[in-house]
Amino acid sequence: MQVGVEDDDGDRWIPFSERSEWSDVQPVPQDDGPYPVVSIAYTSQFRETMDYFRAVLARDERSDRSLELTEEAIHMNAGNYTVWHFRRLVLESLGKDLWKELYFIQDVAKSNHKNYQLWHHRRWVAEKLGVAVAPEELRFTELVLASDAKNYHAWSHRQWVLKALGGWEAELSFCSMLLQEDIYNNSAWNQRFFVIKNSPLLEGLDSMRESEVEYCINAIKLAPLNESSWTYLRGLFGNDTKSLGDSQSIGQVCFEELARDRCCIPALSFLLDLVCYGFQPTVDDCKILDSSIEILSSLQLALYLCERLEVVDAIRACYWAWRRSLLPAIIK
Amino acid sequence: MDDSSTLHVQKHVEFIKSLDNKKDLESLLTEHIRMNGAYWGLTALDLMGSLNDLDQDKIISWILQCQHDCGGFGGNIGHDPHILYTLSAVQILALYDKLAVLDSSKIASYITGLQQNDGSFYGDEWGEIDTRFSYGAICCLALLRRLDAINLEKAITYIVSCKNFDGGFGSTPGGESHAGQIFCCVAALAIAGSLHYVDKDLLGWWLCERQVKSGGLNGRPEKLPDVCYSWWVLSSLAILDRVHWIDRESLKTFILDCQDIENGGISDRPDDAVDVFHTYFGVAGLSLLEYPGLKHIDPAYALPVNVVKRVFS
Ligand SMILES: [Zn+2]
Repeated sequence: MQVGVEDDDGDRWIPFSERSEWSDVQPVPQDDGPYPVVSIAYTSQFRETMDYFRAVLARDERSDRSLELTEEAIHMNAGNYTVWHFRRLVLESLGKDLWKELYFIQDVAKSNHKNYQLWHHRRWVAEKLGVAVAPEELRFTELVLASDAKNYHAWSHRQWVLKALGGWEAELSFCSMLLQEDIYNNSAWNQRFFVIKNSPLLEGLDSMRESEVEYCINAIKLAPLNESSWTYLRGLFGNDTKSLGDSQSIGQVCFEELARDRCCIPALSFLLDLVCYGFQPTVDDCKILDSSIEILSSLQLALYLCERLEVVDAIRACYWAWRRSLLPAIIK
Repeated sequence: MDDSSTLHVQKHVEFIKSLDNKKDLESLLTEHIRMNGAYWGLTALDLMGSLNDLDQDKIISWILQCQHDCGGFGGNIGHDPHILYTLSAVQILALYDKLAVLDSSKIASYITGLQQNDGSFYGDEWGEIDTRFSYGAICCLALLRRLDAINLEKAITYIVSCKNFDGGFGSTPGGESHAGQIFCCVAALAIAGSLHYVDKDLLGWWLCERQVKSGGLNGRPEKLPDVCYSWWVLSSLAILDRVHWIDRESLKTFILDCQDIENGGISDRPDDAVDVFHTYFGVAGLSLLEYPGLKHIDPAYALPVNVVKRVFS
C-alpha cells in the first residue's frame, strides 16, 4: 500500500489547513468508538486528508475540490472503499468526462493493481462508457498482466469486458501468446478454456476438442510436470470419461513421458485415471514402467501405479492409498 | 527448548490484544476494514481460550455504531455498509452469544436487497458481484436463522455456475479457480445443504495438489505457499471430509515456522512480518489440524464449533 507524501515533481505537500480554498471546512477526525486515540507519529498528511474527506462527506459536498480531495486520498490509501464510493457520486453529479477517469485509474493502478476498489471502479466507468471502451479495457488489462500475469482482478475484468462489451477476435491467440511466454501460467489456461466455451466466434468445446487435445499434448511434452496442462487436458473431456479412456494418443503421451522419467507424477496419475476409464495398454507399454514386473491385467496395472504414486508423491500418500482401495470395485 | 515446534499461545494473545489500542500508520491505513480485523482477532482469541481478555461491552457498542439505517454494517464508524463487514459483525456477536441485540429482520432485508435475478449478490449498493458475497449472505443469514429472506435456490444455482473444469470455483462464471473463492463456494453450499453439487473427488484432488514440498499450501498452481491458505484449502478439505489426503504434520510445521516467537503473531511465510489476518488463519488452520489446547473451529461458519452449536441449539 502506497502512502503518497510528495508530489511527482517533489513539491512540498501543502496541508489542507493552509490551502485557502479549504478555509471554510472544519475537518472531522475518525471516531473509533471506544478505542483510545493514542497520538503517535504517523503521516500527518494522511490523517489531515482523511479529516477533510470526512468533512465533505458529512456535508455531501459534490464539487470539483471534493473530486480532487478524493484523488489525493485514493493516492494515499486506495483501499478505503468509502472514498471511492463518494468519488463516483461526485463524478455522476458533476457529469464529468469519464474517459479522463480512465487515466486516473491507470495511474493509481501502477501501485495498486491488486486492489478490489480500483477494479470495481474501473468496471463502473467502463460500463458507463459502453462498447466503445472495449479495446481500451483489453489494453489496460494487458498492461497489468504484462507485469503480473496471474493478477486475478485483471483476468476477472477482462472476462467481464469480453462478455459485456465484446472484443473476442484475438482472445485465443492472446492466450496462446501468454502460454508461449509461460506454459505454467494457470490463469492463461483458464482463460483459454473460457474462450473456447464462450466465444461467439468459435464453435465450442465439442468441435474444438480434437485440436485442443493436440495443443495440450504439445504443451505437456514441453513441460511434463506442469499441473495446469494435465488438468486442462482432463477438463476438455468433462464427464465424458469414456472418450478419454478410449484415446490411444493420450495413453501414448503418458508412456512417452514415463519412458523419459519413470517418476513423472502427473503422467503416472493420468495413466491411472485412463486405466480406470477403460484404457488398456499393451504388455510392451507396461514394460516401460518396470521391465522386471509382469503386468497382466488392468487391475494389476492400476494397483502398481497407485503403489508407485504412494512412494514418489509421498506427501499425498493417503490420497493414493485411498485411490488404491477403490480399484477392485472400479476395474472388473 | 525447540521454539518453533510449539504454538506460543500467550505471545499471540498478547499480540492481538496490543492491536486494540494501536493508532499507528498501519492501523490508519486499515481503519476501513477494522470490522474484519476485529473478527479475525477475536475469533483467534476465542480459539486460544482468551476471548474475555478484551472488553466485551465496548466492542459490542462499537459494532452497533457501525450499523447503518439500511441494516448493513460498515468496516468502521462512518464507513459505508458492505456485506463482508455485516458478516463479520454478526460473527463477532455470535462469538459473544449476543445475536439477540440485533434486529435480524433489518439485516435480513439489507441482504435481500443485494440479491440479483441470477441469484448472485452485490457486495454493496455499487454492484460488484463475487461469490465471496454469496458466502457472506448465506453464512450471515444462516447465523441469524433467516435463510428464508433470500431466494436460496437461485443463490445455489449461481454458485454452481461458477464451478470450473478442474472442480474448483471462481469469483464469477468462468473465473479461475482460487482457494479463497473455493472456500466461499464450498462453505456456502455446505451451509445451504447442497454439497452434492461439488465434484468432491475432483476438487479434493485439486486442493491436495496445493500442498508444496515445504508442507505449506498455495492458493493456485505455481503460487507460493501462504499461511492464509492453510485455512482456505484446509477448511474446504474439511467440509469435503478429505483433510487426511494431505500431509498434516508438514503443514503444521510450516504454520508453526511462521510464528514470531518473540513478539507474537503469525506471518504469511517464515520470517515475514506478522499481521492479525495471518495470525487468525494460522491459528484457525492449526485448530482444523486438531492442535492440542485449541478450540475446534467449524470449517463452514469459520467460528468455534461450540459457538455454532450454541447458535443452532
Ligand atoms: Zn496470505
